[in-house]
Amino acid sequence: MANEQQSRQTVFRLSGVNCAGCVNKIERAVQGVAGVQDARVNLADKTLTVQGAVASQACIEAVRQAGYDAEVAMSSERQRREEQRAQEQRHYHQLLWRSAIALGVGLPLMAWGLITDKMSVNSLADQLAWGAMGLVTLAILVFCGGQFFSGAWKALRHHSATMDTLVALGTGTAWLFSMLVVLVPHLLPESARHVYFEASAMIIGLISLGQALEVRARGRTSAAVEKLLELQDASARVLRAGKEVDLPIDQVQTGDQLRVRPGEKIPVDGVVLEGSSLVDESMLTGEPVPVKKGEGDNLAAGTLNKNGSLLFRAEKVGADTRLAQIIEMVKNAQGSRVPIARLADRISAVFVPVVMIIAVGAALVWFNLGPEPRAAHMLVVLTSVLIIACPCALGLATPMSVMVGVGKGAEYGVLIRNGKALQQSCNLDVLVVDKTGTLTEGSPRLTDIESDGDRDQLLQLLASLEQGSEHPLAEAIVTAAQEKKLGLQAPGDFEAITAHGVRGTISGKKVLLGNSKLMQRENIALGDWQARANSLAEAGRTVMYGAVDGELQGIIAVADPIRSDAEAAIARLRTLGLRIEMLTGDNRASAEAVARRLNIDKVHAELLPEDKEQIVAELQKSGERVGMVGDGINDAPALARADVGFAIGAGTDVAIESADVTLMRSSLHGVANAVELSRATLGNIKQNLFGAFIYNTLGIPIAAGVLFPITGMLLSPIVAGAAMALSSLTVVSNANRLRLFKPSEVQ
Amino acid sequence: MEAVLVNTIGVLLIVAIIWWFWLGPRRGAVQAVEASEKLQILVRGGVYEPDHIRLPANQTATLHFRREDPSPCSEWVIIPDLGISAELELNQETSVEIPAAKPGKYPFSCQMQMYRGTLILE
Repeated sequence: MANEQQSRQTVFRLSGVNCAGCVNKIERAVQGVAGVQDARVNLADKTLTVQGAVASQACIEAVRQAGYDAEVAMSSERQRREEQRAQEQRHYHQLLWRSAIALGVGLPLMAWGLITDKMSVNSLADQLAWGAMGLVTLAILVFCGGQFFSGAWKALRHHSATMDTLVALGTGTAWLFSMLVVLVPHLLPESARHVYFEASAMIIGLISLGQALEVRARGRTSAAVEKLLELQDASARVLRAGKEVDLPIDQVQTGDQLRVRPGEKIPVDGVVLEGSSLVDESMLTGEPVPVKKGEGDNLAAGTLNKNGSLLFRAEKVGADTRLAQIIEMVKNAQGSRVPIARLADRISAVFVPVVMIIAVGAALVWFNLGPEPRAAHMLVVLTSVLIIACPCALGLATPMSVMVGVGKGAEYGVLIRNGKALQQSCNLDVLVVDKTGTLTEGSPRLTDIESDGDRDQLLQLLASLEQGSEHPLAEAIVTAAQEKKLGLQAPGDFEAITAHGVRGTISGKKVLLGNSKLMQRENIALGDWQARANSLAEAGRTVMYGAVDGELQGIIAVADPIRSDAEAAIARLRTLGLRIEMLTGDNRASAEAVARRLNIDKVHAELLPEDKEQIVAELQKSGERVGMVGDGINDAPALARADVGFAIGAGTDVAIESADVTLMRSSLHGVANAVELSRATLGNIKQNLFGAFIYNTLGIPIAAGVLFPITGMLLSPIVAGAAMALSSLTVVSNANRLRLFKPSEVQ
Repeated sequence: MEAVLVNTIGVLLIVAIIWWFWLGPRRGAVQAVEASEKLQILVRGGVYEPDHIRLPANQTATLHFRREDPSPCSEWVIIPDLGISAELELNQETSVEIPAAKPGKYPFSCQMQMYRGTLILE
């Protein structure tokens, strides 16, 4: 294969390596292979890095002959994930085996106890029989539950305590007490000579089973990232010396020319050089309709080329592609904390030692105040309290939901920056929306031109002037003139006056184009034109006055068409209880026309760019929680100021970096989806936290025996073990329920 | 006699727990490194080793977490006060970039606060 004969470095994963001696042996062996320039073993990572044009198989053979084994290390994120999954799967099977063996010993013992009720040590024969059973159980504790004991010991040395501590203490105490009964039964009253070997084995078995199921369920919580990773193709068809060659994706470089055929995925970000095709971008943007792409258009890695063949130039590769950034952002957000979890965090930090104290305290109460057999009761209460307490449920309650919620967002083109943004999105009072590009298409068109004289002549002058401007309105005017095939001249002395308009000289004539403020500034009377301008503005158009040599010549109107989905999205947002306010630099009349059509509550018009942040700040001062929707570039300060900044519009790099929520799709529906998703996630978190609190606050007292006066019996440590295993599984499963979330959007 | 013995042991146990987990001196491994040095933190058996890390403040640094614990609990490491979270790959080294930050103590932990450590910037 081409990738095996390349002059670059190859990384191998080694097995069987554990000392410096092995390192030398392997390095020497591989350096002997023809073509190897350098070979280095990293003992910590157990990897071998080979430099030089050499076949991977030859290196692997050399390592094998040296007495070890090697395989080519997978480098792409997706392959690494697969490897992780395989390791997880191994861990899962290991846990299942441990559980099966422990339960295999525990269950018959428990059945024996239930059927014969002979679990006491009253004779030498009993001592011998139970002594043997004790050794079998010890083997179970070591082989199936060894990790609990080693984990507990390590944590203890670091002055910390984990779930392992609880399990190790619970099962260890039960075993030690039972062994005491077996060895020196006469030290205990007859009624307390009961053994609990079955409890130790059953608890280890049940908790291992719970952990195995949890590993499975947890795997599903990161399904969203896996789905995104699957979008990344492993190879690309690159043009090299006029030929199309299939290369591994990590060898594609910026500037390479690539070919994608119909039905293939776009491998890296780039710009189309040749061809045209429909591209399905729904996996990144949530936008269901395929987008037409032609020469000069941008392509994003992971999207699907539908019907035409495209030749394009790679612009961003590897970790720089939009897809890679999305994956990175989702992964970061998935691990972040939600403020609501603070209390749970504080509790989990002290949970285990507190439970240990409760367990000892409860045991002492039973010893001093409880009925006979006190020693046996003490032991049962101590073990049950230690085992039933589940810090897992508490600690897992939020992270699991955030993991699923953030992943689900990515599926709908909603990228949530962190847990805080997720939490704040669910209780906003007001949503401030920037008009251009959010409510409207963002690409204005010329709708009217009116003049006392020749309209085309005026258009020609104004379009010539606007050639120098980068304003979106200018583009509409220039395009209209070009469509009419009017010859344009280069403007002289061009000047753009912020928030007013532009001026310049065309063929010796002084031309001005701008709003009423500009005309007032230049002392040009608006006359009758003002009434006409107002009526156009009321119809939602942006009107500008055109003056030549100090005389007003006419007006020109431009409109930015309202987005087809804006009305439905606003209706959804209002249903969610949000008040909508619109921000725009346009004049009030045209802004209000748009607001009326879209049923927007309040309009802030004729704004300068810096006013936007001010308005957000004022709303916040009045005690409202403000969400701001903008394009992420012009609105960056306002987005940053808002409680939640939603950057809309195919997420430019700036937006992904700065906004709390980035909407990959240029539609307000994305905001509604984000709000709905955050509410669903927070609801899920609350259920989980509530469940975990209730479980522990009820479970621990019951295990401590508060129900004894009513029921006359204590909770069996085995039942406590089952409850504990179930509780964390329930939390993870409930979080997984979020995967069924669907936004209310009606397409 | 027996009652006194059991109660004394019980009370001593409670005192020992309080002392060991909250009041006692923490002699956890403290490792001080220059920002340029490579610092590996082993995630194994329910703990971070070392669990107390001293780094110079106001400088960026990279921590290399090596996770050898297959338990899913150890899958993430988070430093809430620095807004950092990272997914740790099993039997691999994962680099976590620490931004330049003010002097202070920045606790880091797994998602469930069971694995815990402190990053001390000074």
